[in-house]
Amino acid sequence: MLTVVGLRKTFRGPSGRVSALADAALSVAAGEFVSVQGPSGCGKTTLLLAAGGLLPPDSGRVQVDGQEVYALSSTARARLRAEKIGFVFQQFHLVPYLSVLDNVLAPALALKDPSARERATELARRFGLAERLRHVPAELSTGERQRTALARAMLNRPRLILADEPTGNLDGENARLVLSSLREFARSGGAVLLVTHDPSAAEYAGRRLCFKDSKLQEQE
Amino acid sequence: MRAGRLILREILYRRLNFALGVLSAVAAVGSLVAALTVLRAHDRRTEALVAAREAQTRERMGKLEDDYRKITVNMGFNLLILPKDQNLSDLYADDYASKYMPEEYAERLARANLATINHLMPSLQQKLKWPEQERTVILIGVRGEVLVHSPGQMPIVEAVPAGMLVAGYELHRSLKLSVGQKVKLLGREFAVARLHPERGNKDDISLWINLREAQELLGKKGLINAMLALECHCAAERLAAIRAEIGRILPDTQVIEFATQAVARAEARTRAAAEAENALERGKQDRAKLRHEREAFAAVLVPLVMLGAALWIAFLAFHNVRERRAEIGILRALGVRSCQILAIFLGKAVLLGLLGAALGYGAGALVGWRLQEVPAVLTLKDVLNTALLLQVLCAAPAVACLASWLPALWAAQQDPAEILREG
Repeated sequence: MLTVVGLRKTFRGPSGRVSALADAALSVAAGEFVSVQGPSGCGKTTLLLAAGGLLPPDSGRVQVDGQEVYALSSTARARLRAEKIGFVFQQFHLVPYLSVLDNVLAPALALKDPSARERATELARRFGLAERLRHVPAELSTGERQRTALARAMLNRPRLILADEPTGNLDGENARLVLSSLREFARSGGAVLLVTHDPSAAEYAGRRLCFKDSKLQEQE
Repeated sequence: MRAGRLILREILYRRLNFALGVLSAVAAVGSLVAALTVLRAHDRRTEALVAAREAQTRERMGKLEDDYRKITVNMGFNLLILPKDQNLSDLYADDYASKYMPEEYAERLARANLATINHLMPSLQQKLKWPEQERTVILIGVRGEVLVHSPGQMPIVEAVPAGMLVAGYELHRSLKLSVGQKVKLLGREFAVARLHPERGNKDDISLWINLREAQELLGKKGLINAMLALECHCAAERLAAIRAEIGRILPDTQVIEFATQAVARAEARTRAAAEAENALERGKQDRAKLRHEREAFAAVLVPLVMLGAALWIAFLAFHNVRERRAEIGILRALGVRSCQILAIFLGKAVLLGLLGAALGYGAGALVGWRLQEVPAVLTLKDVLNTALLLQVLCAAPAVACLASWLPALWAAQQDPAEILREG
């Protein structure tokens, strides 16, 4: 589902160029839950954004469902993200003025689907948000916010979910709920790439990778 | 989820930002509508003032003309048409002509329809002894006015009906005559129809009777000895032409000028009319100058307010984009295209423009209505102009879009990866 080959990315910093990714490579097959562990600043988020078609690398290739992501135009990449990729972030990134239901429905802005509202309601129920549909993010607990973000990531039935520290701000119970949902998504045929610094979160993955000296290595 | 819903929710969430934008659109549209309303009220007021002044001038000129007509009657007539063989020395000595001409001349002259002559009055005059009262009088037989131009023409001398008599001041004062009283003249009975006020000339010893009866009493059937002609709009230099025209139609007559004062008064009247026209024109010019000043003021103020409003809307839109960077980042990550982000920001600008135009139109119309000159010429209903409303409803969103274009473009070009990496 996701193939990353020879990915390099550097950023311009105050003291010259800084390497964020050096020859990173990984693959996540359909039905697979892969975690990438590493300390803060090791390039986890850069890897995730590059894999999601949001951050063009300096070199290397990214394939999603067989499509060369960076060979596509900006519009086609946006469509690819809308159709096949779901994102979950540590900071949730919910739209502050939209209700839970509307936040879950936000991907429908990119991909028109007449059944989107019905599916959004169903996802919200599945993630325990049935009573919170009309609430705005400010009225939700952190767990509810992340569950809203998770439901949003799944609205367009993506093939791949890219999760960046999704449990970083959650208590144990909510973290377990989110990670179980991701594992369930993978078991149902989807692919999950989770980047985290938390070893307990990484344990939910079927395959674990970690950054060592800016390189990705398989972890036993 | 539709973009419209997102826009409305965001507007409700950031009410102050939107309200400030709408306020600036209201100011821009309002100043435009108020300026146009004030100018419209000015034009309407000018029309009313000019119409009133024209009516006033017409009324004054009418009164002046009437006065002139009456003065001219009292003074005598412009032209006196006499038989050609009439000795003028005798005429001036006796106060009446001693030679005669056919009464039919009056009709002939009237039929010629000379543009220069408006009034024509044939008469038969003779100084005689009033045997019943033993005094000398001037007997004047008149038939009223022979209409020259149209039946609707206003006669300046009325006919004396048969069997009636009009007496001059000295006669009725000394004989103690009263209206309706029966008096005998040359053996025939007449009733006093009217008594003239004092004129201080030969009219005071004159008696006016019907021309037919005068001809019978004096044995001059079908004859007259003078025709009075009045050229209402004459100027002194035209008298020679009038004389020539009359001489062509009635070759065996002569024409003498009467009462040059009447001509002077006619000239004065013409000058008064010209002065009234000039005053009216000056009034129009003053109003045009005032309008020009107002227009010039509006031409500076309105574009300035519009420019200020556009800059303010642009600033607010930039601020809005800064506030919504995280939202833009996540929407782009979810697959929303940059052109959709552009449309979301421009859609908000359109709504801002529409609301600003509607409210601004109302406010501007109200302000313009209140600012119009007293007394007000425009009612609130008059102020409403559908075409202008439609124009501002189209123009304001377009201007708001233009002002928001750069911020919207900036929003569309935001790098989602950079935003998401910032957290």
